[in-house]
Amino acid sequence: MSRYVSKRVLLSLATLLLVSFIVFIAGDVLPGSIGRTILGQFATDAQVHAVDVQLGFNHPVLIRYWNWISSFVTGDWGTSITQQIPVLSFVMQKFLNSLMLGAFALIIIVPISVGLGVLAAVKRNTKIDKIISITGMSMLALPEFVTGVGVIILFSLVLKWFPVFSNVPGWNPWQIVRNFFLPAMPEMLLIFGYISRIARAGTIEALESNYNRTAVLKGLPPSRILARHILRNSLLPTIAVTAVQAGYLVGGLVVVETLFNYPGIGNLIYTSATQHDQPVLQASVFLVALIYTVGNLVADLLTAWLNPRVRLA
Amino acid sequence: MAQSTSEVGVMAEAIIDPLLANVGQLQTRSERFRSHWQQLFKKPSFVIGFVIVAFWVIDAIFATTIAPQDPQSQHAFITLQGPSGAHWFGTDWLGRDVFSRVLAGCTSILKVAPLATLLGIAGGTVVGLITGYFGGKIDSIIMRVVDAFLAFPLIIIAVLVLSLIGTSEFTVVLLIGIIFTPVISRTIRSVVLVEREKEYVASAKLRGERSLYIMFAEILPNITSTIIVEATIRVGYAIFTAATLSFLTLGAQPPSPDWGLTITQGRLYIQMAPWVVLFPALALATLVVGINLIVEAIQKELNA
Repeated sequence: MSRYVSKRVLLSLATLLLVSFIVFIAGDVLPGSIGRTILGQFATDAQVHAVDVQLGFNHPVLIRYWNWISSFVTGDWGTSITQQIPVLSFVMQKFLNSLMLGAFALIIIVPISVGLGVLAAVKRNTKIDKIISITGMSMLALPEFVTGVGVIILFSLVLKWFPVFSNVPGWNPWQIVRNFFLPAMPEMLLIFGYISRIARAGTIEALESNYNRTAVLKGLPPSRILARHILRNSLLPTIAVTAVQAGYLVGGLVVVETLFNYPGIGNLIYTSATQHDQPVLQASVFLVALIYTVGNLVADLLTAWLNPRVRLA
Repeated sequence: MAQSTSEVGVMAEAIIDPLLANVGQLQTRSERFRSHWQQLFKKPSFVIGFVIVAFWVIDAIFATTIAPQDPQSQHAFITLQGPSGAHWFGTDWLGRDVFSRVLAGCTSILKVAPLATLLGIAGGTVVGLITGYFGGKIDSIIMRVVDAFLAFPLIIIAVLVLSLIGTSEFTVVLLIGIIFTPVISRTIRSVVLVEREKEYVASAKLRGERSLYIMFAEILPNITSTIIVEATIRVGYAIFTAATLSFLTLGAQPPSPDWGLTITQGRLYIQMAPWVVLFPALALATLVVGINLIVEAIQKELNA
């Protein structure tokens, strides 16, 4: 196990290193000089050059990369070009906003998806299975902004239950539901599509296994077979998919937060990219990559821990 | 003597009979294609999907002649009007006819998505064949890079790159095609790994064929069904991605009637005029669901 863990951790670190370099390059070669972005179009070339030198943009790429990554690791993420405030606290605040929204979506939808996926498997090839599977499939196909428009029209224009734009709620449970329900909905529908399908496939595989037949023939009660024999095996792939989806959630947040004008990291990546705010863009994209890589790592380690066939292979 | 000839005859029959039986079942590639095609049209879900997608494709080709009004003509006095006899889907914030704009709105996406898929399939097939066939060091290095690449939410790469180099139909096709290449190469590689061990590959090697010939003339024809299934799945994803990019204003640019773009712009007026965003959203929903019905049916037919 320890060998597997160290191999997997090293791989994640290598991935992060590669990603950090890509992010740096992508942010670094943004069109237009940084000095020009800060000073505006009426500054003289000499002034622009002075700002570039002051910010260290006249050094070679590798040195700039080294400066960037070492100050990033020590917590100095620079200053936002458009906002003139420290990037670290700014990005972290937005990230926490997104984290709350994402957590809200996951906490609600994961149990529902797993439950319905298992139900579809147990009742496979019946009407219930067809309804669950077809709903899941359609939800997977629809882009988030399409389902987003659908839920806005249904829940805030027709039923008038929720506001059209969302903001960061306090700790009041009603405010949380009021502000989070609509923006979380498109993500929840998409995640439902993935997780219910994987849970269904895993459960069907377990139901058709020899150990299940043995358990049935032994005369164990069906509820006990489901709890002790089926779910333990069928939920392995589901856990992995859930962790990976938690990472994809961030990608979807770019769309959802833009649609609902919610001040999260997705919205931030989008605005900083379009406004060429390089330090903010680099920091937020790298933070997302970090979360995503850690999510994948946790998923793999969890799978290995639960399944000896993986960790001993 | 006679006995031994009949014995030989029996043995020969035992060997030849199954071969002859196989010959009876063997179909040429075009026959097999036709029978798959006929089977597909017996499935209601495929027919529904086919009709939906065919509708939008025909619409995309003849968009300018089908639309009852000019999708770009503005009328300052009739902005944000609800659906009526004159404007079936209402009018938008510039007084343009929403119905005509919805009909004209799929041209760009139906051009970008298939081209991007084609590019991704071409790239993915080449990379998948090479890595799967040769294995070893090349394989593990390329697959590591693929893993690192996949460690990133697709849409964030797209936002990063398009904000960097600017957007056009060409850059969007290129970007989606390049992003799809590693994903597709994974699928292709996994089937090549199976094909590589089969007898026909071994015999081609014994004949002294070159690796390039074995990969592209021997293995490639045998993995076409995988490639077709993968391509149909990817077209769906490409439409998803291209529409999302337009929504983020990183695809089609105003005043294009593109559905995703219309939804971002019309979002501001959603309380006053929900029809401006509702109808493009519904149109996009029918297109992606149609594609998915086709994908599902083809997948079942070719894997059966």
